[in-house]
Amino acid sequence: MLLSVENITVRYGRLTALRNFSLTMEQGETLFVTGPNGAGKSTLLKSIAGVVAPVTGTIHFHEQDVGGQPPEGIARLGLSMVPEGRHVFGSLTIEENLILGAGMRRDKARMAENLASVYDLFPVLSERKDSHAGVLSGGQQQMLVIGRALMTEPQLIAIDEPSLGLAPKIIDQVYDTLTRLRDERGLSLLIVEQSTTRAVMAGGRMVMLRSGELVLEGDARELSKGDALNAAYFGFEEH
Amino acid sequence: MTAVLQILFDALSVGSIYALGALGIALIFGVMRLVNFAHGDYIAFCVFAMLWPSLDVVAIVFIGNLPWFLLIPVILGIGAGLSIISEILVFRRLRDANPATMMITSFALGFVIHNVLLMFYSSRPKAINLWSNLSLPVEIMGARIPLLQVITIVMTIVILLALVTFLRRTQFGVEMRAAAEDFTMARMLGVKANRVIMAAFGVSGALASCIALILATQTGVADINMGLPVMLVAFVATVIGGLGSLHGAVIAGFLIGGVSVLLQVFLPLEARPFRDAFVYSAVIASLLWRPQGLFAPKSSKERV
Repeated sequence: MLLSVENITVRYGRLTALRNFSLTMEQGETLFVTGPNGAGKSTLLKSIAGVVAPVTGTIHFHEQDVGGQPPEGIARLGLSMVPEGRHVFGSLTIEENLILGAGMRRDKARMAENLASVYDLFPVLSERKDSHAGVLSGGQQQMLVIGRALMTEPQLIAIDEPSLGLAPKIIDQVYDTLTRLRDERGLSLLIVEQSTTRAVMAGGRMVMLRSGELVLEGDARELSKGDALNAAYFGFEEH
Repeated sequence: MTAVLQILFDALSVGSIYALGALGIALIFGVMRLVNFAHGDYIAFCVFAMLWPSLDVVAIVFIGNLPWFLLIPVILGIGAGLSIISEILVFRRLRDANPATMMITSFALGFVIHNVLLMFYSSRPKAINLWSNLSLPVEIMGARIPLLQVITIVMTIVILLALVTFLRRTQFGVEMRAAAEDFTMARMLGVKANRVIMAAFGVSGALASCIALILATQTGVADINMGLPVMLVAFVATVIGGLGSLHGAVIAGFLIGGVSVLLQVFLPLEARPFRDAFVYSAVIASLLWRPQGLFAPKSSKERV
């Protein structure tokens, strides 16, 4: 098993953001985490990345307990996080943003290799590699942070709302890239999206959160056939 | 022409000290959101480190007697060491505390260093003779400029260039700039928090010792309070420059230095004692115009 989250509860002060939540992922799998605003999706990713500490429960990556590990420790294990809002380093150049991801491995040759493969994947980044990342458009920034995550040679990329604030055409491009990475490199993807549309389009397993709790789990396409999806998303009572 | 040259050198050398101080404060603020008010006391500590501890009126010069090529690295090491030790013993424990708590703690640390100096050296300023022949003037295009001013300006430029090269050309430098901009994101890319913060404290402390060497040579006095005015102006410079912006801090340091020298020259005689009031009026005007600072990093808006 690649990732196993068991019964974690996360609190911010008196507010419980995530309650007794569990989740497992296999190598090479793509898992969508969906749910309305404030459901605890970003909190889930932050706990996995070591940015917030759950009050109870355990998180294992490759059978190794990562509870209490700092974010840099988890990144070094092969879990790369692309947080909400992308977080490019605007005052750094595009190339500097990318080589930052390779810093934990002092291996110049491999870094050059990875850099070439990211530029191959996103030629637009290579054209503008010496400009400041702050001048990129939203879609280009999304490509940059995906490329930066790839520079860390991850086994799992956890990506928070990759479609946020992007035009539909650009979102298609982002998802094409993600699908290619999954198919060609066997990369595991944990994708958080507010809407279930993309999960249904891409297929695969989906879990849905609401108010910090798991409300639905299953194959995205199967779930989309009935009313279960909407009912769970909006919290309608069954009649 | 010679008068202009004289003013220019004055402005640059005063500005150099402020710029070095502002850079030392901005480096730590960048990675930790901490305004380290103990910075001024690091400066005083480095000056007194050259003397043998004694309560006598006359200073007993000790390390200060070393030849310059030994004295400079030793003092730089003392400054960096003191700064790193305060990170390990004090600030590391407060890393997740809110900025106000950290700031108060830095005040407290400053008082501790201050009182340690008081205990070992007494509060009386002591005369020290460090490189006194540097105060002799040299002639540059007809103007008589103290050699120390020239050295101060040249050294500051060298230090700034070295730092810029380090920050732009090395992997570790890129990591430090990234950490200053968005610390959590940098950590999620595998940048080690402890290493970056310790390096920032080390460089910041070394910058404090540069100021100590310049001030000690310039004034010929070791005074427990000598770091405070520099620290205050340097802090103001980091705010005007835009908290979190390193080049903003440096430019604002030079700006304040320039403005205060110009006011010193051009203010009517009776207004000169109130020069600082004019300087700080300019500071207020600058902050009213751009509250976020002259060179605020673009990303600082997103962060809360």
